[in-house]
Amino acid sequence: MPDAPILPRTTSGRLPACQSCIPRRRRCAVTVLAALALGSSLILPRAGRADPPVTVLNSWFRYIIPQVPAGGYMTLKNTSSQPMVLTGASSAACGMLTLHRTETSGGVDRMVPVAAVTVPAHGTFRFVEGGYHMMCMNPVMHIGQTVTVTLTFADGSRVPAPFVVYGVSGPSGSAPNGAATGTKMKMPM
Amino acid sequence: MGKDRQSGHSCRIVGRRRLMASGACSFLLVALTARANPSGNVNVESWHLPRLAFTMTGADTGQMVTAHDFLGKLVLLYFGYTHCPDVCPLTLHNVAQILQRLGENAEGVRVLFVTVDPNRDTLPVLRRYTHLFAPEIVGLRGTADQLAALARAYHLGYSVTPATASHPYEVTHSSAVYVFDKTGRARLLIPSLASTTPDIAGTASDLEHILHSGTGGLLARLGQLL
Ligand SMILES: [Cu+2]
Repeated sequence: MPDAPILPRTTSGRLPACQSCIPRRRRCAVTVLAALALGSSLILPRAGRADPPVTVLNSWFRYIIPQVPAGGYMTLKNTSSQPMVLTGASSAACGMLTLHRTETSGGVDRMVPVAAVTVPAHGTFRFVEGGYHMMCMNPVMHIGQTVTVTLTFADGSRVPAPFVVYGVSGPSGSAPNGAATGTKMKMPM
Repeated sequence: MGKDRQSGHSCRIVGRRRLMASGACSFLLVALTARANPSGNVNVESWHLPRLAFTMTGADTGQMVTAHDFLGKLVLLYFGYTHCPDVCPLTLHNVAQILQRLGENAEGVRVLFVTVDPNRDTLPVLRRYTHLFAPEIVGLRGTADQLAALARAYHLGYSVTPATASHPYEVTHSSAVYVFDKTGRARLLIPSLASTTPDIAGTASDLEHILHSGTGGLLARLGQLL
């Protein structure tokens, strides 16, 4: 098992469960199972080979039309005692995918490319609307789909993450399919 | 005078960033010093802004449209561009929420989404883009002169800097949304709707007042509050 992961990795299209989300008793069982399965690799941990200690939560794209870039948002959670530096992202669903930040000064908005962001030790870093975002330049996706984005960190590790594709209303517009029509929804008030 | 010093400082910042319509700095200054509604929106009736006037190509029809075509409607004016995946959709989504909140009154409202990037924003893209948010949103595309004239009148800043070897294609644009009443008078400035916590109810209520009042209505209401 040359590249055996130390933490269980989710294979479904769902968001990977963070360790702290698992109830303590089950977390314990998971740890024991992982220890049994990977005994030797735990005794001799191989830095850089193991899964990086970053989980990606609430990750989604706002998809508009194919001719227009889609904005990507997420929360990065670092469970280790070392800062993790995100240096890039890629996805087959995006063509070029870059890290950006919206900057507002003097009532004027601009987007600036970002070379890297640091997720602090035992901390989180959020890409939120109006702030840090990912620019998916040539989106090939459809609303309701989940696409994979691979995040690259300065230590060379790569973290694949599922991104849910929403329409213009984003996650606030009820279910992803609710936004799929692109029509104005009359809400009962 | 303190105001002038402050204004000069803002202008230098803006100038360094190659803003074509550098009125943005004076917009900020005035916005900060003007009296705001509880919603944070600014009553601009006393600013003596010119009546809404422009000539551009409408994305819906491909035909020339002017401000005259929108007389009788409450008009929201926003400068953006479609290759803007963050603040522009966030702003237009919030505008759509406000329109939803207005219910049947939304019929009396039109939202002008004026592209500051006419080289990349073709009419069909502009049309598809705006219609995804709400049917009341109209895409407008002007020549460089038509765009500059409208921006100058309302101190709306924007710039397009083509890509160089060291710098990507860059577009800047004002966050602000102006509100004009049915007669084309500038009534309200919404400093920004590019927020995940916008005041939808407060802004919808501000718009309702403008819809249902004569030109002096909002001023009278503000007078009662202050
Ligand atoms: Cu961007």
